[in-house]
Amino acid sequence: MKPSLLWVAAFGAVLILLPQVIGSAYYVNLCSQILIAAILASSLNILVGFGGLTSLGHAAYAGTAAYFTVYLSAHAGFGYLAGAVMAVAGTTAMALLFGLLALRASGLGFLMITLALGQILWGIAYRWVSLTGGDNGLGGFTRPQPFGIDLADPAAFYYFALVVFGLALFAIHRFMHSPFGQSLQGTRDQPRRMSALGYNVRSIQLLSFVYAGFWGAVAGLLYAYYHQFVSPHVLHLTTSAETLLMVIAGGAGTLFGPVVGAALVVILKNVASAYIARWMMLLGAVFVAIVLFMPDGLVPGVSRLFRRFRNTRRTAMKNTEPDAAALPPTLGKRSA
Amino acid sequence: MHFYVMQGLNGLALGALLFILSAGFSLIFGLMRVANLSHGAYFMLGAYVGLTCIDRGYGFWAGVLAGGATVALLGGLVERLILRRLAGRPLQQVLVTLGIAFIIADACIWLWTGDPRPVPVPSGFEGVFRFQGFVFPKYRLFVVAVACALGLALWLLMERTRLGAMIRAGVDDMDMARAMGIRTSVLFTVVFCLGAALAGAGGVLAGPILSVYPGLDSDMLPLALVVVILGGVGSLGGAFLGSFIIGFIYSYGQALLPDLAYVILFLPMVLVLTLRPRGLMGRRTV
Repeated sequence: MKPSLLWVAAFGAVLILLPQVIGSAYYVNLCSQILIAAILASSLNILVGFGGLTSLGHAAYAGTAAYFTVYLSAHAGFGYLAGAVMAVAGTTAMALLFGLLALRASGLGFLMITLALGQILWGIAYRWVSLTGGDNGLGGFTRPQPFGIDLADPAAFYYFALVVFGLALFAIHRFMHSPFGQSLQGTRDQPRRMSALGYNVRSIQLLSFVYAGFWGAVAGLLYAYYHQFVSPHVLHLTTSAETLLMVIAGGAGTLFGPVVGAALVVILKNVASAYIARWMMLLGAVFVAIVLFMPDGLVPGVSRLFRRFRNTRRTAMKNTEPDAAALPPTLGKRSA
Repeated sequence: MHFYVMQGLNGLALGALLFILSAGFSLIFGLMRVANLSHGAYFMLGAYVGLTCIDRGYGFWAGVLAGGATVALLGGLVERLILRRLAGRPLQQVLVTLGIAFIIADACIWLWTGDPRPVPVPSGFEGVFRFQGFVFPKYRLFVVAVACALGLALWLLMERTRLGAMIRAGVDDMDMARAMGIRTSVLFTVVFCLGAALAGAGGVLAGPILSVYPGLDSDMLPLALVVVILGGVGSLGGAFLGSFIIGFIYSYGQALLPDLAYVILFLPMVLVLTLRPRGLMGRRTV
């Protein structure tokens, strides 16, 4: 446990020092975008990685919370805090409803229902013009100034996002290592056995679904503050798919996998769109390539290499029977 | 009264298009357990290919054939070269089909630009059909007839032919079917091509009603999914029933509450998932 704690501290220090090192507002903003995407991806990871529930509608929670908070604070006359609290509460309630529906099925059925629900929400945002502004979206929103700190400054916003990101990651880490989180992983690997042991599989999955929806809503809140604007794009299937790609590319079921995946996808998207106009095609191609060639994701792949390297070195030093220890550790069950 | 009849007929036409689309989806899912998320993109690609054919002067029916054939070929390649490698991993297969859907959608914008394109009504089906003061476009009635004929043809194919018997055997017990000497590998490709062809040809047939535009794929895919969730996955009869239910609900919804047409789509889903999660005519849950 000690070395990994050291890594986390080093990682945190780098993140804190980042704006000072970079300086340029453009790159600080890019880092803020990565943090927001990482929160959303980590919340989806609760379902995909730890629950084995692949959702293709996770943009629904970020999008709904973003719409709610912009509408409430900029158009309905509520304060920032009230708007934010109501947006997160409303979105979490919606996650409960969606969870009740989607968990009527499992596997591919679950995926299809989450996709359909997400696209219906997109359709509402797109077509209900009088409320959502349709394709033009909702604007007129400004960043709040909590405790007199002006979040309009890129570095200030970065630190704000970093605090929320740290909280989210810590909360998700605690959740996963709690007995409840362990039981969620049990329902992923052995749903029947868990149910025979007296666990209520459905309600464990439902609670986790709502929890994932809550952190998705928090990411949506940050998204709305960052862009000061919200349009149907945030609810579109592309956003859900991008988020799922972050989780899978980084490594589902690991704490830092989705963070790495989010950084990769956001950077790729920004770099690519500077050179080519075909981001969708690139996204599709990366999706196919990752699934075909690296289904476990980057973080498990790299850490496996790292562990194998350490094991071979240790066995070489001891000069004993090498092979048993050098074998790669068995992989955690992939959600199939 | 007049309004309701007219909207009912519109719903019938939309239902017909949805059936052509979701029958292929259901067929593929039933046999191969692949939720083909490229299906909306196949629909759109078929429509664009058909439109190009019509623009070049080959006529509407050649366009339908070309749309169906091109997409069938593409589907066959995807099945052989990509899905085959991921056999037994349904989740990975679904994600790959989603990636392919993005590639196709973007390629369509690249090749055919982002402007919406109308598709002309084929000759012989222009104009309207009048009956007792009701006026209805002939082409829409024709599409409804095509969907019913297609439903019947697919039913005959599944129930009365050797190929259908092999597909049913594969759906029921894949390993046993293989042990009995059915070449399931060929069967998979045939079924995938057939489902893709239906989507491609359906796209061209839908052209005169919906026209072709970027985003047609992501408009149609969720409708097809809702149909399949409603009707029961893998069930042809369920796809038929579900298509017309969604067609009606969506048409009436759009006419009566245009802002809320999408919200109304929730209702049948909520009802079915609550009361009968395997779908109206599904045999088992997914």
